[in-house]
Amino acid sequence: MNPPAPAPLLEVVDLTMRFGGLKAIDQLSFVARRGEITAVIGPNGAGKTTAFNCITGFYRPSSGALRLTHADGRAFQLERLPGHRIARRAGVARTFQNIRLFAGMTVLENLLVAQHAPLMAATGFGVLGVLGLGGYAAAERRAIAKARAWLERIDLMARADAPAGALPYGAQRRLEIARAMCTDPVLLCLDEPAAGLNPRESEELNTLLLRIRDDGCSLLLIEHDMGVVMRISDHIIVLDHGRKISDGTPAEVRADPHVIAAYLGEGDEGIEQETESVA
Amino acid sequence: MTRAKTPLVDAFLSALIALGLFAPMVGLVTGVGPHGITLTARPRAVLALVAAVFVGRLALRLWQAQRRLVPAAPGRFAISFLAAARYIGPALLAVALVLPALVGRASLDLGVLVLTYVMLGWGLNIVVGLAGLLDLGYVAFYAVGAYSYALIAEASGLGFWSCLPVAGLLAALWGVTLGFPVLRLRGDYLAIVTLAFGEIIRIVLLNWVSLTNGPNGISGIPRPTLFGLRFTAGDGPGTFAGFFHLAPSPAQRVVFLYYVILGLALLTNWVTIRLRRQPLGRVWEALREDEIACRSLGINVTTTKLTAFAVGAFFGGIAGAFFATRQGFISPESFTFMESATVLAIVVLGGMGSQLGVVLAAVVMIGGPELFRPLADDRMLIFGLALVVMMVLRPRGLISVRTPSIALGKGEIITADFVTEGHG
Amino acid sequence: MAYALQQLINGITLGLIYGLIAVGYTMVYGIIGMINFAHGDVFMIGAFLSLIALSGLASFGITAVPLALALTLVFAAAIAALYGWTIERVAYRPLRGSFRLAPLISAIGMSITLQNFVQVSQGARVKPLAPLIPGGLELFREAGFTVLLSWMQIAIALTTMICLAIFTWLVTRTPLGRAMRACEQDLRMSALLGIDTDRTIGLTFVIGAALAAVAGLLFLLYYGAIDFYIGFVAGVKAFTAAVLGGIGSLPGAVLGGLLIGLIETFWSAYFSVQYKDVAAFSILAITLIFLPTGLLGRVDVEKV
Repeated sequence: MNPPAPAPLLEVVDLTMRFGGLKAIDQLSFVARRGEITAVIGPNGAGKTTAFNCITGFYRPSSGALRLTHADGRAFQLERLPGHRIARRAGVARTFQNIRLFAGMTVLENLLVAQHAPLMAATGFGVLGVLGLGGYAAAERRAIAKARAWLERIDLMARADAPAGALPYGAQRRLEIARAMCTDPVLLCLDEPAAGLNPRESEELNTLLLRIRDDGCSLLLIEHDMGVVMRISDHIIVLDHGRKISDGTPAEVRADPHVIAAYLGEGDEGIEQETESVA
Repeated sequence: MTRAKTPLVDAFLSALIALGLFAPMVGLVTGVGPHGITLTARPRAVLALVAAVFVGRLALRLWQAQRRLVPAAPGRFAISFLAAARYIGPALLAVALVLPALVGRASLDLGVLVLTYVMLGWGLNIVVGLAGLLDLGYVAFYAVGAYSYALIAEASGLGFWSCLPVAGLLAALWGVTLGFPVLRLRGDYLAIVTLAFGEIIRIVLLNWVSLTNGPNGISGIPRPTLFGLRFTAGDGPGTFAGFFHLAPSPAQRVVFLYYVILGLALLTNWVTIRLRRQPLGRVWEALREDEIACRSLGINVTTTKLTAFAVGAFFGGIAGAFFATRQGFISPESFTFMESATVLAIVVLGGMGSQLGVVLAAVVMIGGPELFRPLADDRMLIFGLALVVMMVLRPRGLISVRTPSIALGKGEIITADFVTEGHG
Repeated sequence: MAYALQQLINGITLGLIYGLIAVGYTMVYGIIGMINFAHGDVFMIGAFLSLIALSGLASFGITAVPLALALTLVFAAAIAALYGWTIERVAYRPLRGSFRLAPLISAIGMSITLQNFVQVSQGARVKPLAPLIPGGLELFREAGFTVLLSWMQIAIALTTMICLAIFTWLVTRTPLGRAMRACEQDLRMSALLGIDTDRTIGLTFVIGAALAAVAGLLFLLYYGAIDFYIGFVAGVKAFTAAVLGGIGSLPGAVLGGLLIGLIETFWSAYFSVQYKDVAAFSILAITLIFLPTGLLGRVDVEKV
């Protein structure tokens, strides 16, 4: 273990999420540290996506606290913020398990929509923009420059004006990540980014994610692909039946008997069936 | 299952169903006689309808069988159309500008009507076409604009041009007030709540007699002036005819009204085109594509919807004020759900989001029935059928392509196949 | 007190009619998640079919009221069911899997079509019908005010109960009902498990339309006047009832119908008749905003 542990970025404390009588997440606590890639893994129905939806503001947790601290010391209680504020103020961006691009809009437009807040401010909330006044042109140039930089990085420059829905699957995944990054997040949450990718694309994804981390954005990812998780994660949290069963470096987690048991299905059969329906 | 049937059997079954549908409803006409309800038989009409269904279904099945041999290239037509649209738009504008010199007063009056609907269509297009919010109560904004102008002009003595922006702003304010609670609702709930609000406005206008004069409406609404010059039957001082030493003619006013509505409609179009190329318009379209993704990007979905609602309402209100000043008289009768439905039909048939499509649809749907008088009675019937047929055949409307709002290169045309909509 | 009791009776009668229509909205919404905008117009067509049948039977000399009404009910329900099936087949089925607004726009188009179809084929004039079941029970008298429970109201209540009983049996005890409930849970899964979903959806429309036609007949008998426009307002109110009760919930639809009927009747009796539709429409908006799952509805978790 590296002795000087980086400062905590996201602290999840006793997070619980109930759907009716069902506990999808039960008293989950963990810390994601700044500048690291933290992975959340676990069998199907372990509550990974639910935890994600709580952190990114799509679900309101039944109880518990989600505390995000920026490098400058500003802190946010995510469980109290409305969804769009979590992305914009707190700087938490996300992607989706089933890719959610603006399929009918072009690749470039997708990246510009992600920079909506600064662009909108530059148009004087619409009014000046219509009249052609204000500093909108400069703001738009900056936004396009940023979009271009990301297009270079994800190797989609040639398809900038193509509809996002026309891209191949792997490219859509990369575009979704680039789009999330265009919101300038401090924490990027990825919901199974490697799902459906071939080995080469998966390798490219690893490079991209490591580079994003090295550029200063921390990552939190849910992943099934153990190859990806073990290779790039700095820190792994293992969930099962909505509870944390292990927490540590890849090497520690791999050796943990609880984890082996959970993945081999030696858990309590009754509880397993109950949680199965909570995806 | 149906596939397995031969076209002939299929057509026969369809005709049988048509017989069941039409024999009572068309074949037996209820009338009001002195001793209660009377029934008149109309077997020939039923026979004609059933025969039409039989032939139509047979032709459709045979045509489908034929077509299956030659796979159609999707979007071809649309793309060639869009290429042509580059010339159709300016050509239409040129025709519109010189129209008063070409046609008589009656046709120009029709032109004013068509342009009013073009403006309403463009206004609603912002809400439905760009932002993907189904507003079934657009007529409410039209009514608010019309009544605001009529009442403010009556109370304050201000002219059309001073009241116009106020009418628009009041409509926009109403849009915001209404939109704030309801825009969180899912698409179809939003549709029905806007419909309900449209009806509420009409009922209030009908019953708040002290303010709106109820069903009798408001008359004597001031006419618009050209820089203070009035259009009257005489040529005294302060009138258009007097100032330019022309013989006074009612045609002058129609020409003037025509250019006023043309200008207002073009303003709507200009603002929409500008907004589409800017963050606000772009985010409206993003909202139509995927609301959840928008939320994950830090976009405040409710306020964004609200702006679309307000901008659409503003232009609806302006169109309403124009309607009031053109008619000189308004009553709640002009603001029924059918009006909302007509404007929606124009937007949908034109191809949601397409500015040119709205013009073409308005010309066909408003101009068409007026030109073919015998059809005027069945106009709404045809509207309704057109909506259904359009959704079944070309759900994206006549012009179902979208040009990107910004491009690095030359820009591709996006056919409807990719404009998915509806994850949210 | 007597006045209020009379309003209560009237409100329940009206509410039962709304409840019958609301069942059709809620069933269709439960299965394919769309608002069948044309449902109110099917109700209106049911009322017209009833009028045509009653007049036709009278001209054949069938004037015995119970027989005439029974025949009319069967006839109107059958033809309206055919309308329901055709609407689904023509306007909605081709759109399954189309973009989000398509079925809704198609449904609005269908509604406009049906209204104007009836206006063109049957004329725009209001059609009156002389009361078929006059008289009633005088419950009691208070300060010169008589509380009357008319035979008509009893007939409406009985007919509604019988229809709802048959309907409940259909949904809970028959293979068709099982298929319907399965489709409501998960349409795609039901299809994978070999349920003919197209047929099930079609039959849902058939049943909904038949119930709406019964409501149409009852409306015609109760008010004694119909025109081509009654479907619009009654449709919105019945939809409100479905939403208030919790859309997708069948008991909720009936409960919502009763509540809307009562609210409308009491509003008219104590506040203002002119604004009674405003009351109903406002309840719709308020329910959707503050209680979107309705009284008996399930809580839906948004899937991300």
